[in-house]
Parts: sequence; structure tokens; C-alpha cells
Amino acid sequence: MALLEIRNIVRRFGDFTAVDGVSMDIEAGEFFTLLGPSGCGKTTLLRMIAGFDSPQSGEMLLDGRDLASIAPEKRPIHTVFQSYALFPHMTVAENIAFPLRMRKMGKAEIGEKVRQSLEDVRLADRGGRYPGELSGGQRQRVALARALVNRPRLLLLDEPLAALDMKLREQMQLELINLQKEVGITFIYVTHDQTEALALSHRIAVMNGGKVEQLDEPSKIYDSPKNRFVADFIGTCNLIDAEVSVVGEEKMVLQIGGLGEVAAKNPGTTCGAKGILALRPEKVRIAAQLVPGSDENHFKGRVHDFLYMGDVTVYIVEVGEGVHIEALLPNSAAGRPRILAVGDPVEISWRYDAGTFLDG
Amino acid sequence: MSRKLLAASGIAVYAFLYLPLVVVIAYSFNNSKLNAEWVGFTWHWYRVLLSDDIMLKAAGNSLLIALTASLASTVLGTMAGYALYRYKLKLLPVLVMAPLAIPEILVGVSLLIFFVAINLTLGLLSIMLSHIAFCVGFVAIVVRSRLSGMDESLPEAARDLGATPFQAFRLVTLPLIAPGIIAGALLAFTLSIDDFVITFFTAGVGASTLPLQIYSMIKIAVTPEVNAISTLLMLLTLFLIVVASRLSPDSIRGR
Repeated sequence: MALLEIRNIVRRFGDFTAVDGVSMDIEAGEFFTLLGPSGCGKTTLLRMIAGFDSPQSGEMLLDGRDLASIAPEKRPIHTVFQSYALFPHMTVAENIAFPLRMRKMGKAEIGEKVRQSLEDVRLADRGGRYPGELSGGQRQRVALARALVNRPRLLLLDEPLAALDMKLREQMQLELINLQKEVGITFIYVTHDQTEALALSHRIAVMNGGKVEQLDEPSKIYDSPKNRFVADFIGTCNLIDAEVSVVGEEKMVLQIGGLGEVAAKNPGTTCGAKGILALRPEKVRIAAQLVPGSDENHFKGRVHDFLYMGDVTVYIVEVGEGVHIEALLPNSAAGRPRILAVGDPVEISWRYDAGTFLDG
Repeated sequence: MSRKLLAASGIAVYAFLYLPLVVVIAYSFNNSKLNAEWVGFTWHWYRVLLSDDIMLKAAGNSLLIALTASLASTVLGTMAGYALYRYKLKLLPVLVMAPLAIPEILVGVSLLIFFVAINLTLGLLSIMLSHIAFCVGFVAIVVRSRLSGMDESLPEAARDLGATPFQAFRLVTLPLIAPGIIAGALLAFTLSIDDFVITFFTAGVGASTLPLQIYSMIKIAVTPEVNAISTLLMLLTLFLIVVASRLSPDSIRGR
């Protein structure tokens, strides 16, 4: 039995359906992420799990118990808020002691737990400070400590790193992964940042328009997006209109306007189906000249434009008539900021199974 | 040039506002029965004031009314302010705020008619009820403004961490809006203690308050005793306003 079972949850605000029939199972010990653009329903779903909001229909079972009749304060679920929501009139130690006080724990035991908890988040010398006197990263750690001190069954995190700068965010991501491993508590993490989701999660539910578009492991989400939205939302992706012309057992041939025939993996589609080929830029080989025959798809074109990103350069290559394909080249060669210039003739190639054909 | 003009007009405005008050204060220490020329310094009028039983009775009434009215309107106003913040109802703000906008004389007349209609004898009780009625709106505005400055996730976080709705209010919301509540109470107190118009209509014959008493005295003549009691009243009001604006500067200054 899954730790949290979500069944057909619907939440409407007037005419707007924020969560539209969402179902998912979250396993114990999992780092689970709800990923999607703002307004996709991820935060509403999180608020319903916490108990701040209730669905119009559907049910949520925690350890098999229906959550509907359980008040937020009675749920063994704690939340780390985007704003951290540290009580400004209480010291750091009092903040962490708050959930223990609510459980009517003895003074001595509270003192001991708070001390231990402060040590765990490396803030042992900050217990007497007020939240307003801490840095963003420290506040974040206090919020985590406060939410974990009671050892909840489930920890909800609502974009907890959004307010931090990039350097600190990367550091906190590592800390979060380690912390989750250490305490073994199930995390449900809400974010709109796809790199964060890919880096942190065991599984990701990609949400859009109140529905789950795809629920899978990060590598599956990235490598085999189920539809156009997921392919487009996660990372960068070439999305090329294509039509299936020949279907084989494992391979098939796609007809692409202005480019011609392209070999692709057969996902079990039928001849004549129309859709898009989703192809990640880093799976496209690019060079002035490529050894022919290594990849099934091999085209000649010209550099249309490029973006120098530091670690890599993104080349936009024009192949055939007006078809643009992005390809990545790592800038690993010393002393050469870029290998190709705009207008240079180049060759690109990719394996038949590098891309994914998406119906519709 | 324009700077000097600006400074001069500023001084003129302040002079217009405060010079009469300075005159009132100054003549309360004047050793003469007339507010005409400065004769010499004396505490005499304050001594007269302290032995004036009618005046002391009125002052006692005023304090009692102001205390009761500010206390009751603070409780009701805090509840109203919380409701305004929590439930985005369309009619509620109108109901709470309207008494602030309606001319006092209208409020006074309508309260008088209402008290007569329900057969309530005019006196201390009717004054108290009237003061509570017009103070609630002011307290509600101050409390709501304090609430809307608070991070909404704070009471939610309290619930999330195991607090009942009441505990969340008592341990998190209340301490955070306390300065607003105290400021609202002080505001209500100052409004109540120097209210004239509404009190005039709802007082009846038996009960008198300081402003009513002062008014009835100046009908005969402005004696320095009036100056003295006015000075004391002014000091009390000023003190409370300063304390209130210290506690909740944003809401008092209407930001």
C-alpha cells in the first residue's frame, strides 16, 4: 500500500478548475516532485494534502486513512512554506519548539529535541536569535528543522528554494537530498524549476492545466516525454512536425516537410499518423564533417545562429528547406570559444532512437 | 525665493493650527479672570478646577465612558477587523465603515430617535452605547490594516504544526496584531473622551461629560477654568495619540 493515495481529486474556484481529476500514489521514503508552470494546480494540490483547502470530489488516503475528516493540525504532515512562515515574534529555538509544545511534550524533552535539531541544521549558536536576524539560507534551515522536529509521516515543500540565489540554491539542493536520505521521511516537493526537479526527485509528476501530463522517474521524463507539453517544458527540445510513412517492427520512417525521410524508433504507432519528433539538442552530433554511417540520420546544413553558454555552445543549424535543428557542442577544447561560425557548412547526425515520436 | 515662500507658508499654516491652542494653554496659567491680557503666572485655576464638584463629576463620567467604550469597541472592532480580512464579503466593509463617513450630527440624531423608540432612558448607558457604535469602525480599520500586513501563511503554519484554530489565533495572529489592537483602543479612547456632537444628542439631562460641561460653561463666559480643563484634556489626548502612532505608525498614518 502506498503511503499517500490520491484519487480523482477535483478542486474548482468558480469557473476555474485548478485541479482536474488528479490521481497518484506516493510511496514511503520517496522524494516526489510536483512540477509545472505557475497556475498548473501543483500548489493547490499541496494545500489540499496539508489540509488548508479541500477538494470538491475525490479522496486522499494517508496510510489507508481518509484525510478528508482530519483537521490540518491532526495530520502527521508538515509544510515548509515558500515564505518559510517563521513566527517573527518567536526566537529560532521557540519556533522549532512550537510543534513540540502543541503536542504537549515536557519542557525538558522539548529543550533536548530543540538543541539536537539546531545542531542538525548547524545553527546551534543561533537559537536565541529572531528570524529577522538570520540570512535567507539560515531561515530556510530553521523552517526545515521546525517542520521535521516532530518526525512527520510526510513533509510538503512549497518552492522552498525559490527565494535563494543560485549558488545557495545548488548547495541547498544537495543538503535537501542528504537530509531526505538521512531522516527517511517522504518529501513532496513543489517547484516550477525543471532542473531542480530532475536533480532532486525519485519521481516527478509533470502537471499542466490541473492535470498530470506524465508521472515517471526523472530520466524517463527527460528521455521519453509522453507529449508535446512535457517535451517542451522539460529542458530544451527540438520539436519537428512529422508524419509516419513506413512502419517497421522496431524502427519506422518519418516524413518531415523540407527535410525528407528520418529514421525513428517505433513507439507502436500506425502508418500515416501525424505528430512531432522530439529531439534533445545534446543527442544531435554536430561537426564540420562527420563520418557517415555511424548514425541512421545524417544531414548537411549551415550554421544559422549560435548561443555561447560558457560550458556549451548551442548551434541552430538550418537543414533542408527552413528546418532548424538545435545541436549542443561542449566547449571542451582549450582556447577555442567556438568551433563553428554563422554560415559555416556543417553536418549533423543522430541515432534513430535519439528522439521520440509523439502522436497528435 | 520659492523655498523661503514655502517655509513661510508652512509656518503660517502651523501657526494657524497651533497658536489658538498655545493661547488656551497660556491663559490657563494667567492670574486674571479674563482671557484678555497676561497678568502673571498662577496655578490658581487648576486648584479651582480640582475643587469644582460638577467638573470633577463630568470628568469622572468622561473617563468611565471612554474606558468602557474603548474596551468594548476594541473587542468588537478586532472581531470586525478580523472578519474584514478573513472573509472578502462585499457588504461587510460598508456596514463597518459607513458610520465613519456619515456626518456625526446624523448619527447623533438617529441614535437619539433609536433610544427613544426602544424606551431607553438617556444617560450614561446611552452615551456608552453610542460611543461603542462609532468607535468600532475605527478599531476595525486599524486592526485590518495590521492584519493585511501579516504574512498569510503564518497562521496556516501554526495550524500545520499542530495548533488548533484558537491556538493559532492566540499564539501567532494575536501577538502579531497586538500593536494594532492597542493602537485601535487608544484611538477609540481619544475619540470617545472628546466627542461632543453624538454625546450632546444622547446624554439626556442627568449625565454630563467633560466636553458637554465645557460647552455649558462657555455659554456664560470663557473662564480660565475652562482653559485649565481644556489644557488637561488636550494633554491626555495628545499623549494617547503619540503612543498609538508609535505602536502602529502605518495604520494611524493611513498608509
